[in-house]
Amino acid sequence: MSVKVYVPCDSSALSLGAEGVARAIGAEAARRGESVTVVRNGSRGMMWLEPLVEVETPSGRIGYGSIGTADVASLFDAGFLEGKAHPKSIGKVDSHPYLARQERLCFARMGVIDPLSYEDYAALGGWRGLRNAIAMKRTDAVAAVTTSGLRGRGGAAFPTGIKWKTVLETAADQKYIVCNADEGDSGTFSDRMTMEGDPFVLIEGMAIAGVATGATKGYIYVRSEYPHAERALLAAIAIAHERGALGADVLGSGQRFDLEVRRGAGAYICGEETSLLESLEGKRGMVRYKPPVPAVSGLFGKPTVVNNVITFASLPIIFDRGAEFYRDFGMGRSRGTLPIQLTGNIKQGGLVEKAFGVPLRELLYDYGGGSASGRPIRAVQVGGPLGAFLPESQFDTPLDYEAFASIGAMVGHGGIVVFDDTVDMARMARYAMEFCAVESCGKCTPCRIGSTRGVETIDKIIAGRDVGADVAVLESLCDTMLHGSLCALGGMTPFPVLSALKHFPEDFGLDRDGLAVAA
Amino acid sequence: MDSESSRSVDDALTRLKDVPGGLLPILHAIQDVLGYVPPDAVPTIAKALNLSRAEVHGVVSFYHHFRTEKPGRHVLEVCRAEACQSMGADQLAVRIRERLGVDFHQTTADGNVTLQPVYCLGNCACAPSVALDGEPHGRMTAERVEALIASVGASR
Repeated sequence: MSVKVYVPCDSSALSLGAEGVARAIGAEAARRGESVTVVRNGSRGMMWLEPLVEVETPSGRIGYGSIGTADVASLFDAGFLEGKAHPKSIGKVDSHPYLARQERLCFARMGVIDPLSYEDYAALGGWRGLRNAIAMKRTDAVAAVTTSGLRGRGGAAFPTGIKWKTVLETAADQKYIVCNADEGDSGTFSDRMTMEGDPFVLIEGMAIAGVATGATKGYIYVRSEYPHAERALLAAIAIAHERGALGADVLGSGQRFDLEVRRGAGAYICGEETSLLESLEGKRGMVRYKPPVPAVSGLFGKPTVVNNVITFASLPIIFDRGAEFYRDFGMGRSRGTLPIQLTGNIKQGGLVEKAFGVPLRELLYDYGGGSASGRPIRAVQVGGPLGAFLPESQFDTPLDYEAFASIGAMVGHGGIVVFDDTVDMARMARYAMEFCAVESCGKCTPCRIGSTRGVETIDKIIAGRDVGADVAVLESLCDTMLHGSLCALGGMTPFPVLSALKHFPEDFGLDRDGLAVAA
Repeated sequence: MDSESSRSVDDALTRLKDVPGGLLPILHAIQDVLGYVPPDAVPTIAKALNLSRAEVHGVVSFYHHFRTEKPGRHVLEVCRAEACQSMGADQLAVRIRERLGVDFHQTTADGNVTLQPVYCLGNCACAPSVALDGEPHGRMTAERVEALIASVGASR
């Protein structure tokens, strides 16, 4: 009987040579006359172990981490096809402490299945949520989303059920479902992993949204930096059409739902929902004034649900296991689970899906194992380029939308970037302004001009001629951007800048009381 | 435009001009084939979509991804975002610029490699990252980047 060997096709695994490993395993098996089936799975999310090769054995899947082509012959010699010992063996993958302590709801199938196997997806709970949604009245389906407590996972954390209710109740001849897959925040890749490693869960989530709100057409706006994700989506959509999960009669419901993939073009601002809609309409990605909100007048002026990949990917399990099941995870007003990404200077970087409430420290040290460099962790940035920098004294903050907001930070899309003690926080503050200047759509003045002035002012601070006066200018500038910008780009760029200034004044030539240090 | 370029533009317009909001898909289709969007194509695209030339030019110039000059035979994108910075991306970028003898947005004199900055490849747990002709490469070191550059035949 043929032995199943799994080699991930996830971009991170590919970036570390997984393609060559898959080919080498096939070639070595042929040379030795072994019957091997190489399955290209998604990634388990233990990125420091990629490429992670797994073998299916009677006692479960056995993993071998950080495999290069040079290891392949020794794997065969050691008898890895029977799961035998090898210096790179990590034992049973499901029992690995990194995975065993997670609460994987939307990432339940991640790395387990062949992403493009309709049967694998169905065998592990796929399409049950959509079937249940079809059997419900629309108002009940939308109410279930509200009951689940699901909030937008793209970063803004707006209650998903309320958005859907508005779309459902707005009369129109055409409604749209738009998936924001423009995952531009540094330190995030959960959308990418989902699209590459379990694309059917996104398709099912969007179909649920279509059925629940009466929208018949969906768009997935995926960034141009994600070619593998785009290919996986196109292939999965074709299969879903063929099998009747999409198209004129979704799973025999009599309702139509079609999906189209659109490629972004390298503009960070298009992750902002109104800018994304402009881009989908073939225009410059300029932010729109609100109101009207997209739920009333969105794509081509029609009522539109715009949600992030992870928001959609959370829906199948909500509709499969029930809104209460999902709601019972989490803390406070942050219900359910969040796929958290541990990135940057971290030893065990990867994807950790946990219920809300897990303290940052547990993620950084228990899961992450501390910094990659072995030096002390000095700062972490949570929530992408617009998220605050947190010092060690704030590492006990639980991952919870409100807890983070209360310290002037944000959970955002769940990305955590780790910096060791070699980081220069004045440079990071400058970068935040520089990034805003590069990516500003230009529509509002505080963002367009403020970001450039911000770079100049921080340059003056770094030069150290009149630090006290220049810091006052920077703070005033941040105040203007914070309150006067049209969207989150200009409005939140001050968060990393001001948090760097507040928590790491010594990097700006200030003492702990924020006073200029005499030269 | 040469005949190959004209053909690519016409082909993209024939296939996509009736797609709602189809300007980005059209520009992508052209750049996928030619490697860039020739400025000469703007009037043709504008006419086919009943837009002004300014509108089309405005879209081409808004998005970082679209180029209006023919790139080198290979495009090397170096991630400059925070996660990669935390793992030494700035020093890596300096090394690559010196190695290729060009700055960002430039092409080597032999027309082989165009160097581009990119703000996140979604490979943040395997930083620092670069992408060569769209394929991501993670945990870049001086040695790995040299091997990558050598693989496309860039001489020292």
